[in-house]
Amino acid sequence: MDFLESLLVGFVGIVLINNFVFTKFLGICPYLGVSGRLDMAFGMGCAVTFVTTLAGGLTWLIDTLFLVPFHLEVTRYVCYILVIAGAVQLVEMYLKKFFPPLYKSFGIFLPLITTNCVILGLCLFLNLWQVDNIVLALVLSFGAGIGFTVAICIMAGIREAMELADIPACLAGAPIALITAGLLTLAFMGFSGMIR
Amino acid sequence: MSKENTMTVGQAFIGGVWTEIPVLRLMLGLCPTLAVTTSVKAGLTMGLCVIFVLICSNFVVSSMRHLLKPHLRIMIFTLTIAVFVTIADMYLKAFQPVMSEKLGPYIPLIIVNCIIICRAEACAAQNGLLVSVVDGFAMGLGFTIVLCFLAAIREVLATGCITFSPMLVLTILKPVEAGGWFTPWASMLMPIGAFVTLGLMLAAVNQIAGKKS
Repeated sequence: MDFLESLLVGFVGIVLINNFVFTKFLGICPYLGVSGRLDMAFGMGCAVTFVTTLAGGLTWLIDTLFLVPFHLEVTRYVCYILVIAGAVQLVEMYLKKFFPPLYKSFGIFLPLITTNCVILGLCLFLNLWQVDNIVLALVLSFGAGIGFTVAICIMAGIREAMELADIPACLAGAPIALITAGLLTLAFMGFSGMIR
Repeated sequence: MSKENTMTVGQAFIGGVWTEIPVLRLMLGLCPTLAVTTSVKAGLTMGLCVIFVLICSNFVVSSMRHLLKPHLRIMIFTLTIAVFVTIADMYLKAFQPVMSEKLGPYIPLIIVNCIIICRAEACAAQNGLLVSVVDGFAMGLGFTIVLCFLAAIREVLATGCITFSPMLVLTILKPVEAGGWFTPWASMLMPIGAFVTLGLMLAAVNQIAGKKS
């Protein structure tokens, strides 16, 4: 029971309280780049969730089974980035084969998931937090992806509404998006202190 | 695949520090910009690491630009960058342990900083060694300037002074505890401070440059 509880606490914590976008500033580039339309934002979120779960689990396994026993920690970053690039390639081929319209609408953003900080950031944080079992690592990875999806979807919803608003010319586009994101972080700060 | 240079040394330098200044014009490399700018010292350390990695990766990519295969390009770039980031990370751990602790995972996250990949792709893969190295230096310099500027605004508003080390503290607005008049804005150290300050900075640059985005 304790174990299940720790999983649940970890999941809720990473989705709401330590949301990667709002507290760790990870994944800001796609957050501002893709959040113009709700459906694309959701698709991007799903792709990122899938890749993070895959990459988080794989890098955890590689780290504990291979790098630490053989004292190869020096090559950690190189290994992580290789795993992530491979996972992204996999998603790209899968989408191209089974969901061609979605693949087309992603365009350049799909290969850019490789350079999405959420994924590498998550792998590094799993290492930093010293997560000691694979189930927790998977749950946290999945949670980080969901957290990103939640953040990007909220943002896309707001930006769709903002297109009708009268914004000063110098603020239009990225500046107003950043300020909106700032206000969203305030809202999410309301969750802090819910656990611990 | 032999190509002429697409730009001159002078163009590369001006591009880096004003016309294409990375964070403000290209909207790249936002994550570290927002995350590490709680103090000027952290921003400066981060900026110097990025300059080092950019120069080295541009040098390597430019030297092997005739050997690159299109479909493996991004992979080669990220691997090159990962190697240099590892070097920078180990250097910081050995000589600046406190800073290394503070910046934590944001140093390895330089690997996925879009600026570096963007420069490898847009400049180093098409230009000669000299231009690429100058471009790397100028882009890194532009990034560092923005980082330090943003960090200075946030640190001064949050604490009233800029702290380089316990010995060297530059007081700009005297806080109330020290007998002054300024009430520090705690929110400047929180995420909201980062987002809103950067948003307003972008707006100011848009206004000055007269650019509509």
